[in-house]
Amino acid sequence: MSLTRMLVMARKEVVQIMRDPHSLAIVIMMPVILILLFGYGVNLDLKGLPVFVYDCDGTQQSQDLLKHLQASRYFNVVRVVSNYHDLTRAIDDGDARMGVVIPWNFSQRLREGGPVSVQAIVDASDDNTANVLTGYVQSVVQTYSTRIQINWLRSHGVALQPATMNVEIRTWYNEDLESSAFIIPGVLALVMSVIGAFLTSLTIAREWERGTMEQLIATPVTATEIMVGKLVPYFVLGMVETILGALVAIYWFKIPFRGSFLTLMGSSAMFLIVVLSMGFFISVLAKGQFVASQIALLITFLPAFLLSGFLFAIEQMPKPLQVITHIIPARYYVTVLKKIFLKGSPLALLYADLIPLAIFTILLAILATRSFHKRLM
Amino acid sequence: MVETAANAVVIENLLKRFGTFVAVDRISLQVRMGEVFGFLGPNGAGKSTTIRMLCGLLRPTGGRATVAGYDVSHRPEQVRQHIGYMSQKFSLYNDLTVIENIRLFAGLYSVARNELHSRVAWALEMAGLEGQQTLITGTLPGGWKQRLALGCAVLHRPPIIFLDEPTSGVDPVSRRRFWELIHQMAEEGVTVFVTTHYMEEAEYCNRLALIDRGKIVSLGTPTELKQDAMRGELLLLECAPLGPALDAVHSLPDVHDAAVFGNALHLVVKNVEAAGPHLRSHLEAKGITISRIERIRPSLEDVFVSLTTERGRQQERES
Repeated sequence: MSLTRMLVMARKEVVQIMRDPHSLAIVIMMPVILILLFGYGVNLDLKGLPVFVYDCDGTQQSQDLLKHLQASRYFNVVRVVSNYHDLTRAIDDGDARMGVVIPWNFSQRLREGGPVSVQAIVDASDDNTANVLTGYVQSVVQTYSTRIQINWLRSHGVALQPATMNVEIRTWYNEDLESSAFIIPGVLALVMSVIGAFLTSLTIAREWERGTMEQLIATPVTATEIMVGKLVPYFVLGMVETILGALVAIYWFKIPFRGSFLTLMGSSAMFLIVVLSMGFFISVLAKGQFVASQIALLITFLPAFLLSGFLFAIEQMPKPLQVITHIIPARYYVTVLKKIFLKGSPLALLYADLIPLAIFTILLAILATRSFHKRLM
Repeated sequence: MVETAANAVVIENLLKRFGTFVAVDRISLQVRMGEVFGFLGPNGAGKSTTIRMLCGLLRPTGGRATVAGYDVSHRPEQVRQHIGYMSQKFSLYNDLTVIENIRLFAGLYSVARNELHSRVAWALEMAGLEGQQTLITGTLPGGWKQRLALGCAVLHRPPIIFLDEPTSGVDPVSRRRFWELIHQMAEEGVTVFVTTHYMEEAEYCNRLALIDRGKIVSLGTPTELKQDAMRGELLLLECAPLGPALDAVHSLPDVHDAAVFGNALHLVVKNVEAAGPHLRSHLEAKGITISRIERIRPSLEDVFVSLTTERGRQQERES
């Protein structure tokens, strides 16, 4: 193996990346776009959901209940409508996720001490949101109801302190329950899939397409030198983007970073080798830029997106899919990322994911090296 | 072995099949050291396939070949140390500058550090690109690109160079200049194996192989080919109309072969003196006007047409 030949290959590749506006755009814009997109665009938190209210009662008491609803950070009472029709329209149009109807005899019934119901119409086209909404509205009404009872007892001279039971919830690792805290670390895996597999598959396929590969393999440069020389610039690029991505996550999105920086770099290096090897392997097989890049996206980006646990929890997937995630290298990397960022797990607790990742790294690196021969066919 | 020392390239029964298609059909030939060897044939005859096998880029299906004494199937890496290769399609990096391309290939060929400067300067001079090293290669005209590609292929002073249709798509002046470079290198003792489909270029070669449909149909110096390959003498016949004339001469027993060349016919006959008068009367009887009839020296194009049409007829008879 000649270091000089590897270096001239790498230098050539760097010059080509710098000179090609398309790859440069992908290298610079893609990570920025992905992080912003997932940092701001994807928000799985249910906050400030639009609510329309039809208050038939219109008394002090019904206003008080509305204030309670509005006080909850989960709801945003957008409008108070004056008839039932407007309420259903708003839900139909998607302007409201929930409609609350306060009956005409609300305050009267409360005064009389009789039971009274408040109607909540929930848009259940998204069942997850609907479940959460139902829970929230029930808890608001429940709290309100308890207060009325206590007030009633007090006003009737019963000085009892009602025994109430509460669940004290401690949210660990992601104290503020911000979905961005668990999404953004995973974005690093997406960025690397793009830089690694997508770009490398393009650069090698391009050499086949333009005929430069034929000239290249007619020189004494070895297959390994071509591979390493071509991949090293992308490896460096990927590592730089990992660091940048981590910095943006920590300092811009204020995501806690509790683990070791070294573990982050180590696992990122392994995952990068995985995706680079995949990209290289694909381009050796496909030999056309279009086909190679499509396959690269299909087998690296999509699984990293859907099956890595980055957005969708693996435990909630159907069983067969859960089994499949075991052969997705991104799964291990995303798990490690989340543990490093949010939990600060010590190395010993990361082995369960680091070891499979290391195995994939070695296997794919071998596969890529073996796949490339200095022959035209 | 004496043979390998004297011969830069030895090919024995070399065979290449792609599926059921036989691209190169058991050819054998030898190229001597320092020779400019031409490989001449129409597109699809198997020229590029042969050259790619010799450079270790394609694995032969059968037979064997050695280049600089190394077997191309078993020791392709050694072969590549000793050759320069210029593929048919221009394949330097269009997005690199002239000097970046030269430096890249100098690095890949491991040109020694103390030689690097002089070799780079030499390549620039040869390509006529001195002072223009920072131009983007893709913007150069075709002739300059070809010379640059040649320069890059020989930076490491290989004893043997393979050029696959180096002048295709290049203007005539650049072509001539390119051939001057080839001869310059040959004078320095470099063996040149060059494919072409330009007949006039074949005349520049020391020896030639004519290849057609994967088989070598003739092998020798340009003069030998012209003498041996034509079974008879060549007659130029300017007449009108050409089509009926061609049909008419084909029916004559004295005429071995006939083909259209430009606005005239070239006929292969046993003896010009005997055939001439007979021909004239036969054609005039069919209402064809003859403006000129004379004996000419065959060009390689004549040889080629004569040989390939003969093989075509043979194949038709066999099938």
